[in-house]
Amino acid sequence: MRVLAAMSGGVDSAVAAARAVAAGHDVVGVHLALSAKPGTLRTGARGCCTIEDSRDARRAADLLGIPFYVWDFAERFREDVIDDFVAEYEAGRTPNPCMRCNERIKFEALLEKALALGFDAVCTGHYARIAPTADGAGVELRRAVDPDKDQSYVLASLRPDQLRHALFPVGDTRKPDIRAEAERQDLAVARKPDSHDICFIPDGDTRAFLDARVGNRSGDLVDDETGEVLGQHGGVHGFTVGQRKGLGLDRPSADGRPRYVLSLEPVSGTVRVGASERLAVTEIVADDAVWPTGRPLDGLVECVVQIRAHGGVAPAVAERDGDRVRIRLRDSVRGVAPGQVAVLYRPDADAGDLVLGAGRISATS
Amino acid sequence: MAYLDHAATTPMRPGAVSTMSAALLTLGNASSLHASGRRARRTVEESREAIADALGARPSEVIFTGGGTESDNLAVKGIFHARRAADPRRRRILASAVEHHAVLDAVQWLADHEGADVTWLPVDPTGRVHAEVLAEAIAEDPDAVALATVMWANNEIGTVNPVPDLARTAAAHGIPLHTDAVQAVGAVPVDFTASGANALTLTGHKVGGPAGVGVLLLDRQTSCTPLLHGGGQERDVRSGTLDVPAISALAVAVREAVGEQREQAARLAALRDDLVAAVRAAVPDAVLNGDGDGPATGPHPGRLPGLAHFTFPGCEGDSLLMLLDAKGIECSTGSACTAGVAQASHVLLAVGADPATARGSLRFSLGHTSTAEDIAAVREAIGPVVARARSAGLAGARRRGGRTLRTSAEV
Repeated sequence: MRVLAAMSGGVDSAVAAARAVAAGHDVVGVHLALSAKPGTLRTGARGCCTIEDSRDARRAADLLGIPFYVWDFAERFREDVIDDFVAEYEAGRTPNPCMRCNERIKFEALLEKALALGFDAVCTGHYARIAPTADGAGVELRRAVDPDKDQSYVLASLRPDQLRHALFPVGDTRKPDIRAEAERQDLAVARKPDSHDICFIPDGDTRAFLDARVGNRSGDLVDDETGEVLGQHGGVHGFTVGQRKGLGLDRPSADGRPRYVLSLEPVSGTVRVGASERLAVTEIVADDAVWPTGRPLDGLVECVVQIRAHGGVAPAVAERDGDRVRIRLRDSVRGVAPGQVAVLYRPDADAGDLVLGAGRISATS
Repeated sequence: MAYLDHAATTPMRPGAVSTMSAALLTLGNASSLHASGRRARRTVEESREAIADALGARPSEVIFTGGGTESDNLAVKGIFHARRAADPRRRRILASAVEHHAVLDAVQWLADHEGADVTWLPVDPTGRVHAEVLAEAIAEDPDAVALATVMWANNEIGTVNPVPDLARTAAAHGIPLHTDAVQAVGAVPVDFTASGANALTLTGHKVGGPAGVGVLLLDRQTSCTPLLHGGGQERDVRSGTLDVPAISALAVAVREAVGEQREQAARLAALRDDLVAAVRAAVPDAVLNGDGDGPATGPHPGRLPGLAHFTFPGCEGDSLLMLLDAKGIECSTGSACTAGVAQASHVLLAVGADPATARGSLRFSLGHTSTAEDIAAVREAIGPVVARARSAGLAGARRRGGRTLRTSAEV
């Protein structure tokens, strides 16, 4: 196959590219430039597109003996990921920009370009397992072998036609073994630290990032039970459902218990807060469902649901309703924020949990 | 392999390689007073004379530097500082909008940090700066002009500027003119004295010499404040121990390149015409940029003889470059990269291209080792490559088509 390896400059994508080469594919490495003004050097937390990352990716490609190019996706990234990130927070939702980047950049803009240029697949360093379904209608997307690094969640919103052209060569290996493999191959990125933060917010201060773009949109902070206005805030974009810290309340609640963000109302600018048990949710409605296997849910399906990238799972029963999926949780779950993606898995300890489908949370009760 | 990126760097000439190799085994600091030092100095001075002779300059006008970027910075910043020191009113810099970044960014730096007042001289649709444009800019406030700088030949689209006319226009007001002739030397006739320019940049690796060595030709009337201070070498304008092997190789390369300029220009112009015909035949809507059909040979050429710069509508330059690279054809998108982020070329924007179109451009540049086989390779590859890149470009334009998860209801 002709494979386009997306190389971030990190160890995972370097080993993924190396494995694609070792598998006998015809591999070309590409580093995506996602910022029009890349930082000169890494500072603190690792961003995605510093000059150093670009150089690290290039050096890995040199060692693998594959061609390497830097492609400019900064404009697409700004429009489809950063602007969307800000707009979602403005609308009182909690977006996942990594998921969005996979949907719109890596497996849309990049994949479409790669296919048009004659490549058969895009290879990345994501930790997930993938294989075509027996009927060829879709793919089986499963959790990675390494439970600590599993990224099937941030890939679950991809359509079958996107996933069909994806290669995740490191999904069957634990991270320490990937680092060891990189060491054995003298890849200089072997000991490079993992990236954690949102790549376009290198200092990790999401609220300051949003404040600078949204500005001050003050509104009331309201006690959901009594209706009492407890204070003012600088905009709904500063909050996520389930949040406890940073509410700016200078006095404790009447009953002395901590208060949490219950809901966000972007039009009025109201942030409703209340006791933790009021966060409990037993039903989730998720829109725009996608089915990686190519087979929508049929009837009531027992499954487990995950609602954030590094969160746990909750047992549930899910049912398709047209474009939506309705999820009834067996036990209540707290802190389910609209905008997050609910991913449904069928547990499978041997082959890895299978992704059944995903949808963006629009309502909870 | 078809190497069609001679404007980026061109193979070293065998004569330059052998001269440099021999010199690398020779001991001596050209500033030392003993016999080894004198030998080294003699090599430097003979090189200086050879370069001066080839370019119509006096040996005392040859200042060795570390390359084109340094020569450009030295000329722009050094002349600006010296002229302003002589008369504080002189804060204006007149620079063409299509300069190489080594000039562009040096000028911008002076504007940002030294209070320079910049007038960017517009170019005509072929990328040329006309003397009348310079005259008009000067007329706004002639006494305040520190210097003018206009490149001899453009590195992206190959347009040659009327340097003698520009120098005359500047000289009428006592304004020094610097010209970046990095692409011009060896490609078109260059005579420093006859041109009337006061400072001229050239570099080794564009003429078949080594990279990392260059020259600023600087006439004796033009003061230039040094950027590098130290041992006082090179008329006290550029301190630093001279790189004798590189300088000796540079002299060989300049002498050879200038010596065969007429013959090479005719040969490359014919090859380049074949290349243009091949591209136009395969891709009828390809746009040839610059002074594409102007004269490339003779005493007053309008463009570099071996350069063809195309825009391919609907394509992205990086796709074209990758596909050609995979077929062993090496050329350039002509865009500047730092972390690798391609910016739309300021040269194409200056000649009136829109940023989207500017991204779909390729520069083919021929040089002393180019052959008809190189052109044949392009003739064979370019049609399918453009077709494929165009389908990738269309994929990019389809962008909003795909359905993705998006919340519709608010809570």
